[in-house]
Amino acid sequence: MPPNAPPMIDPLDQLLANYQPPDGVADELYFPDGRVRPVWRNFLNHVSGQSTDEILNRFGRGDQYLRDAGVFYRQYGADESIERTWPLSHIPVLIDGDEWQWISEGLVQRADLLEEVCADLYGANRLVADGHLPASLIASSREWLRPMVGVTPRSGNFLHFLAFEIGRGPDGTWWVLGDRTQAPSGAGFALENRVATSLAFADYFREANIERFAGFFRQFRRTLRELSDDAFDQATIMTPGPMNDTYFEHTYIARYLGMNLLEGEDLVVEGGQVMMRTVEGPKPISVIWRRLDAAFADPLELEEKSRLGTPGLVNAIRNGNVSMINALGAGVLEMRAFLAFMPRICEHLRGESLKIPNVATWWCGQPTEHAHVLQNYDRMMVSWARSISLPFEVDGETAIAGRFTNGSDMPVEDWINARGPDLVGQEAVKLSTSPAFVDGQIVARPMSLRVFMLRTGNGWQVMPGGYARIGRTDDPTALTMQHGGSVSDVWVMRDHPVSKEGVLDGKQKPYLRAQPGLLPSRAADNLFWLGRYVERAEFVIRMLRAYHVRLAETSDTNSALLQSLSGFLQSYGVDPTLNGPISSGTAGLGEILNNAMSAAGKIRDRFSTDGWAALHDVANTAYDGFPPGMETANQMGVLLRKLSGFSGLVHENMYRFAGWRFLTIGRSLERAYGILAMVAILADENAPEGALDLAIEIGDSVMTHRRRYAITSTHESVVDLLALDEMNPRSAFYHLTEVKRQVDYLPGANTNGQMSELSKSILKAHTALAVETADRLSSAQASQHAGQISDLSELISQHYFR
Amino acid sequence: MLYDIKLTISYDYERLADAGRHLLRLQPLNLDGEQRVVSSVLTVEPVPTERSDRFDFFGNPVVEVSFAGSHFDMSCSVRARVDRIQTPPSFDISTPISRIAEEANSVSSLAPNAPAHFLGESPRIALDPTMTAYARNNILPGMTTMEAVCSIGTALFNDMEFDPIATTADTPAAEAFERRRGVCQDFTHIMIACLRGISVPAGYVSGFLRTLPPENGPRLEGSDAMHAWVRAWCGKEFGWLEFDPTNAIVVGSDHIVVARGRDYSDVNPVNGAMRTSGDQTSSQAVDVIPLP
Repeated sequence: MPPNAPPMIDPLDQLLANYQPPDGVADELYFPDGRVRPVWRNFLNHVSGQSTDEILNRFGRGDQYLRDAGVFYRQYGADESIERTWPLSHIPVLIDGDEWQWISEGLVQRADLLEEVCADLYGANRLVADGHLPASLIASSREWLRPMVGVTPRSGNFLHFLAFEIGRGPDGTWWVLGDRTQAPSGAGFALENRVATSLAFADYFREANIERFAGFFRQFRRTLRELSDDAFDQATIMTPGPMNDTYFEHTYIARYLGMNLLEGEDLVVEGGQVMMRTVEGPKPISVIWRRLDAAFADPLELEEKSRLGTPGLVNAIRNGNVSMINALGAGVLEMRAFLAFMPRICEHLRGESLKIPNVATWWCGQPTEHAHVLQNYDRMMVSWARSISLPFEVDGETAIAGRFTNGSDMPVEDWINARGPDLVGQEAVKLSTSPAFVDGQIVARPMSLRVFMLRTGNGWQVMPGGYARIGRTDDPTALTMQHGGSVSDVWVMRDHPVSKEGVLDGKQKPYLRAQPGLLPSRAADNLFWLGRYVERAEFVIRMLRAYHVRLAETSDTNSALLQSLSGFLQSYGVDPTLNGPISSGTAGLGEILNNAMSAAGKIRDRFSTDGWAALHDVANTAYDGFPPGMETANQMGVLLRKLSGFSGLVHENMYRFAGWRFLTIGRSLERAYGILAMVAILADENAPEGALDLAIEIGDSVMTHRRRYAITSTHESVVDLLALDEMNPRSAFYHLTEVKRQVDYLPGANTNGQMSELSKSILKAHTALAVETADRLSSAQASQHAGQISDLSELISQHYFR
Repeated sequence: MLYDIKLTISYDYERLADAGRHLLRLQPLNLDGEQRVVSSVLTVEPVPTERSDRFDFFGNPVVEVSFAGSHFDMSCSVRARVDRIQTPPSFDISTPISRIAEEANSVSSLAPNAPAHFLGESPRIALDPTMTAYARNNILPGMTTMEAVCSIGTALFNDMEFDPIATTADTPAAEAFERRRGVCQDFTHIMIACLRGISVPAGYVSGFLRTLPPENGPRLEGSDAMHAWVRAWCGKEFGWLEFDPTNAIVVGSDHIVVARGRDYSDVNPVNGAMRTSGDQTSSQAVDVIPLP
């Protein structure tokens, strides 16, 4: 090297120039002596070869995927909740394969222990009788469910799917921060993180020996099948619904695993058996993967105010007719105070100590522990004993290092003395740091890992990886998303090639075409109404456009023609001169679009993310604030085109199973009704001048009319084209025929030659319109046909949605 | 004392109800040495699609019924003959009130009668500083737990007014206490909150009260409908004491036990879930006739 050349800067050193783990904590990247852990070296070399712009570009690819897939989470504010974009921290956490092995073994031991404790708490209760757990702590837990006492799970096990929150302590060893035994969330998010992160580091990911997730989820499907009585597609996910903070994950995992996503009202108990309400009637279900807290699962025997559950579910479980993942009542193990007793219970039940210790915890309901916490609270976190939050989720009253986080100036001693049995002291959590990319720099941020575990026929299987929470700041209590934290993928690195199979069981011989699953009644209901509301929105938008085009010509809202159209719009709750903001959605077009969104939101697992995005786009398009006349008319045109984007996606892409039929029936029924109702008004003999042309325009049939009739519009030509023409895809008769055709395909429409009441009514309505002629169809008769069609809606509800 | 009991509870729904499912806790309980059920029949109209019998966690008999069809009303009737043997305790061997908390804590059990269930909060009982202070003000340091229970119960009887319209079935105890008014359910919840506030394990008993007053005695409040009272744990030696705060008496052979639990939510006579969009009205008729 020539003596005056600038010193070579190692790109790796440059990359890590700002990476400085704080004192007193362990670090994922560096050993305590400052050497880079070998597991990171290749990856860092790969990253350091790239410019900041290149790196940001790669991250952008991952973010783009998340946006396209519609990944979000729900954040709760003071009085509202909003959907937030997914906060991916792009740099994964890398864990050495051997270390992962050790973590897995420790957590398997813990899972077995938790199963034993749970079985005891709902069975013999030896742990309480022998003084290993205080009776008062269990008895006062909301999650120890008395109706489940003495009930042995059908599967023989209480716990099937678990998550553990773990962190690396200052001495480099791993600690359990909390057990998730109720309805662990996050496995679906881990998948999303994985897809996004593997896109960002596509070339590296492809070559590196990073453990894949697919095998774990393949095993998941197989396990559910083994637990169920019958076909796999009857295993279901039970969700509390769209207002839950992890609902997106429920829809994602339901789609990924091909399972039905059900809410409590989709289920009914008959003869002690849980049944899914489907459009083919109730069908038995034998496995429920619940994402719903147990207390809400059955309003009859558990939380009586619950609107989310299924009455009689507890008794069905008691009768051994359904397997729950996990058993109702397993959530009792999540209490913070449990951590105080786990080490001794492990010694007692298994004659060995915990392989991975949990965060040291003292329950202040015992004299010695109470005294210990009183003496040491300035080095601890003191909080509610029955809280199920993780140590870094600071909720309600919590004193960290002798200070209340909510600013209260009550002396901590007084609190401990007054509320002893309600409190625990816990060693203050110090988490290791891991790399995060912030403002173009790699910096050290606190990190905890969530590890998932599944009980299979051959024991527990650990998901190789999981997801990591990455803190926003150095403060470990700012780790959760609700507090601005982010999440990242976790890579378990092997020194040998890993299996790269997909999630579906590959080779199946002979090849069988999968049967379409059963359609739950509620989903059918929402699809039907989605079809109706989208069609209604389109119809109203066409009317609004026609209205404002004419208003631009005459500027006279009092003209007979506009008055007549305005009157018809009012029957849809729409005032054409007054467009409320779409966001409030309380009236007019906004309300109709909101209803469409709300129906769509309840069946998000059933149509593509593109369809959802298209619908979102319509609802987010502002249409208020435009001056009446041409501007509003133009804006209506924009809305119309966006809406056809949605319709196109749905009708081009959706598989022709029962769900699509209900959507189509809703759409056609709405259109047939709307056109006839409009004809009754605008093709009336006393309708004002211009009404006939207006009707043709709203019926989107201007071109057709010109071609077919080549004359000015007459009452007959309009009635014929819009009401009776079977070839015009905008006519009422065309759509009534479509309703009839689709209903004929529905289950129960025709049983051994016996028509259902619904089929009969449709045939009547269809025939009545079929025999009309243009010169005879008066306004009154058009109204009557419209009424007959509108009554079909209620009949469809009665047949399929109840 | 032998009784013939007749009970009818009926519900009228404003709109058609369907897919109804109910848990009924309406029939007298068999209690060793305290109460013997000679016969008991529960009839439900319309006839339920399904009906099954079992015992709940606290040992109360429960009948689960469900209706597949739609219905506008439902009624449940009980005809029972019960031999009630209970007499008020003659010796006070209860634990001193000063030691009751410690003694309750020392019972390592989650059995249905264990004191652990009956301390602290439960679905319908929230501990409330005002009621706790009230309880403290109505006991003396040297009292036994039984004396304390009777003292608090009697104080409530004196300070509260029986008022069937001041509260509803959902009124929280603290609110009824603030108004010093209510029915047997309010009296009972308030007394439970008072007792738990001073660490005396306390629970809820639902049942019947003899309709005809004993000779020369006054007619008792609460005999025209199902009744409720308190049970309190007075120590390992003594066990449970039942006290009726609505009438300020230690429970004896005038009270017939139907169900026991932590509070009303555990013993709710007709617990139900059904799909209906309208309101409902209910009525109750009770006859408890002592046999000669």
